[in-house]
Amino acid sequence: MAHVDQLVGSYRAWASNGVSGAPDWLKDLREGGIARFHHLGFPNMKQEAWRFTSVAPIAEGSFELAKEPARIPTLDEIRPFLLLEAGYRLVFVDGFFQRSLSTPFFDDVQSLAHVVSHRQDLVRQHLGKYVATQDRPFSALNTAFVSDGAFVHVPAKTNIPEPIQLLFLASGTKPVVAHPRNLVVIEREARASIVETYAALGDHSYWTNAVTEIVVGDGARADHYRVQRESDRAYHVATSQSHQGRDSTLNLHFVAFGGALARHDIGAVMAGPGGTLILNGLYLLAGAQHADHHTTIDHAADHCASHEYFNGVLDDKARGVFTGRIIVRPGAQKTDSKQTNNNLLLSGHAHADSQPQLEIYADDVKCTHGSTVGPLDPRALFYLRSRGVGEDDARRLLTYGFAAEILGRMEIAPLRAQLDAIVRGRLAE
Amino acid sequence: MTGIEAHVQQPYKYGFVTDIESEVVPAGLNEDVIRLISTKKGEPDWMLDWRLKAYRNWLKMSEPHWPNVKYGPIDYQAISYYAAPKKLPKLDSLDQVDPKLVATFEKLGIPIEEQKRLTGVAVDAVFDSVSVATTFQAELAKYGVIFMPISQAIREHAGLVQEYLGTVVPANDNFFAALNSAVFTDGSFVYVPKGVRCPLELSTYFRINASSTGQFERTLIIADEGSHVSYLEGCSAPMRDEHQLHAAVVELVAFDRATIKYSTIQNWYPGDEEGRGGIYNFVTKRGKCAGVNSKISWTQVETGSAITWKYPGCILQGDNSIGEFYSVAVTSHKQQADTGTKMIHLGKNTRSTIVSKGISAGRGQNTYRGLVKIMKGAEGARNYSQCDSMLIGDKCGAHTFPYIDVRNSTAIMEHEASTSKIGEDQIFYLRQRGLSSEDAVSMIVNGFCKEVFKELPMEFAVEATRLLGISLEGSVG
Repeated sequence: MAHVDQLVGSYRAWASNGVSGAPDWLKDLREGGIARFHHLGFPNMKQEAWRFTSVAPIAEGSFELAKEPARIPTLDEIRPFLLLEAGYRLVFVDGFFQRSLSTPFFDDVQSLAHVVSHRQDLVRQHLGKYVATQDRPFSALNTAFVSDGAFVHVPAKTNIPEPIQLLFLASGTKPVVAHPRNLVVIEREARASIVETYAALGDHSYWTNAVTEIVVGDGARADHYRVQRESDRAYHVATSQSHQGRDSTLNLHFVAFGGALARHDIGAVMAGPGGTLILNGLYLLAGAQHADHHTTIDHAADHCASHEYFNGVLDDKARGVFTGRIIVRPGAQKTDSKQTNNNLLLSGHAHADSQPQLEIYADDVKCTHGSTVGPLDPRALFYLRSRGVGEDDARRLLTYGFAAEILGRMEIAPLRAQLDAIVRGRLAE
Repeated sequence: MTGIEAHVQQPYKYGFVTDIESEVVPAGLNEDVIRLISTKKGEPDWMLDWRLKAYRNWLKMSEPHWPNVKYGPIDYQAISYYAAPKKLPKLDSLDQVDPKLVATFEKLGIPIEEQKRLTGVAVDAVFDSVSVATTFQAELAKYGVIFMPISQAIREHAGLVQEYLGTVVPANDNFFAALNSAVFTDGSFVYVPKGVRCPLELSTYFRINASSTGQFERTLIIADEGSHVSYLEGCSAPMRDEHQLHAAVVELVAFDRATIKYSTIQNWYPGDEEGRGGIYNFVTKRGKCAGVNSKISWTQVETGSAITWKYPGCILQGDNSIGEFYSVAVTSHKQQADTGTKMIHLGKNTRSTIVSKGISAGRGQNTYRGLVKIMKGAEGARNYSQCDSMLIGDKCGAHTFPYIDVRNSTAIMEHEASTSKIGEDQIFYLRQRGLSSEDAVSMIVNGFCKEVFKELPMEFAVEATRLLGISLEGSVG
């Protein structure tokens, strides 16, 4: 508990100092967040949502709130982390916006700290309105420290053809914590693609506690990619919460490679009828990595379709946890919801937990879920070997195929190729 | 919605009360009550000590609230823990059984006079807290099969009971198991010796009659090496406005190459349309496949109870052992069910199959919750789970919460679930073939449950089909 008090203390010092010039509504939001976190404390494994993941290394670790980036990298240094050449980009180091490395676009693709004062009404209308903090200590903590992060606003009936890149780098030289807070608002009938990447320059232990809120207006379409490539010593906790309007389309793609401990809560609310959601995820873990994905798809309106695919590849002593919940609210008739979670265990010490859950309160629905855990198919291996492919190559080929199923759903070809190369690289290790 | 919804409500058929003089101990739970129960049963000291230990553990535990069911607080001091008909029969002679009891069981379709027996079924009839008759004991004894009320077994086969009681479900396993361990009154004990294939279906029928009582039965089945036994339990209770608690514990042990088939047709009083009254059925059932190539198969048809909360499970310890779970759970009116299974794979090449069919109608809430755990040593373990839910009406709910935990990379585990409603096109097709809507729905529902019903012993599959029809009548639309 000492650490909870320590965090609350560091909040008090921070709130009374550099950020005291914030507008009142923002101060209230922060105060609400810290009060909630103080009340909840760190989760423990007796809580249903945290049964398989211990946050002790975070709760007992000592992470200081970064005052400024430990160092600012050059453009050449960050290039390997940029998955695409063209398009607007926002770069953050240890949670701080780096104007020199970024290509913002007026007040529409900007740092949140900047627009809080410049587009106050819009930010105020959306910020913190979608993510739940009631029983989520980490999003409450992020809300307490909300100051900077990415802000993307696409006005109604506007199409931004090039993907917008949001790059969050940890300098990785000392144990700091960053709480990036991102807000993406795609207005009515607009369209945009966003690529959110988390990575590290150094290999020191650090903690990222990110929250991203995505609002998709009526008839809009958003493609949101999230690539988590934190260092192997990093602790990564994140919440992604989306909110969709009528007849909107949202394609969410999540790829997790990094982190010693990574926990990602994904929430999607289908608030208007006729919405479509694709939730496409891959976790590729090795060593002693632990990744926990909690997804909740909330069908609050009728005639929506959601399709969720999560594949996990677990090698060495890695542990993958997946909890996927589908809620169909009363009256959400004609819901079509499908969820699959497949896990591949490559080693005798790897460990997979899978909890697909259906909670259905309407009768005219089509809901299915499926979950599998198993090794590579020995017959497929035998087939490849009988064709002269060596055992190691055959295993890699089949594992790659399993991961490629997820990558294949990504529509941006250059991005897909980059991720493909990362997957191949990891499998070759 | 069609006119079918307005179809006449079929009342609960077994809701009558037998007017019989009963001996009921005053409500309340303390060590004296436990001593009293133990004395009434003529138990040896070790049994009383075991009960008291469980009771002291229970005092330290708190009632679990994680299931997806809602109910008011239960006052454990308002329940009477022992109720028995006054004219206790001597168990060796059926002539001395109170004719009212014989008539009661006859009315329930469970004749306890042997000349009217169900072909090939031996019955242990339990009325409130005591077993009133057990048929075919002599016949079974010829094969060395022991089938008797557990209270009798505690006296006559103390060695066996003491060795196995609480080995599968420890007395401190959970809140309700601890309560049961402290106050259990009757239930069945079965021992099938080595290499014997039990010639009869064994069956226990539980009847709650007295009001303000709880029923706490305890069943222990031991199948020695190479044996085979099929056991079935049935139950019912009168219609009352109060909720009655039924907290049972069932333990199964299967040794090398033994097979136990355990079937349940649960038809406790479900309460009325508004959810008044009905049984709280909070049960712990678990089997241990202790030996190699052993097999335990659970089949359950759950149509009754205001709240059903149970997870019959298998601990697959022996190599190549097999666990199976087949379930049909129906909730209508305001019934709630949170049921499923636990399959714990410990041995090599262990296999488990789960087939669960949930049907929700009216304002019923039906939850499947199941755990498949494959431990590190379970090389080549295999699990297949299938959970299908059917929704009838727009005010009910169907939920699926499987827990999957795999720690061995050679294990293969598959889980599938689906939720659907009866298709309008299906009904249309059957209707244009001349079937009424009710018959069409009944045909579709029976087809949906067929995989489970085919696992039931033949005599009871018919019963289950009929029960399902009654349970859903009036809510189909």
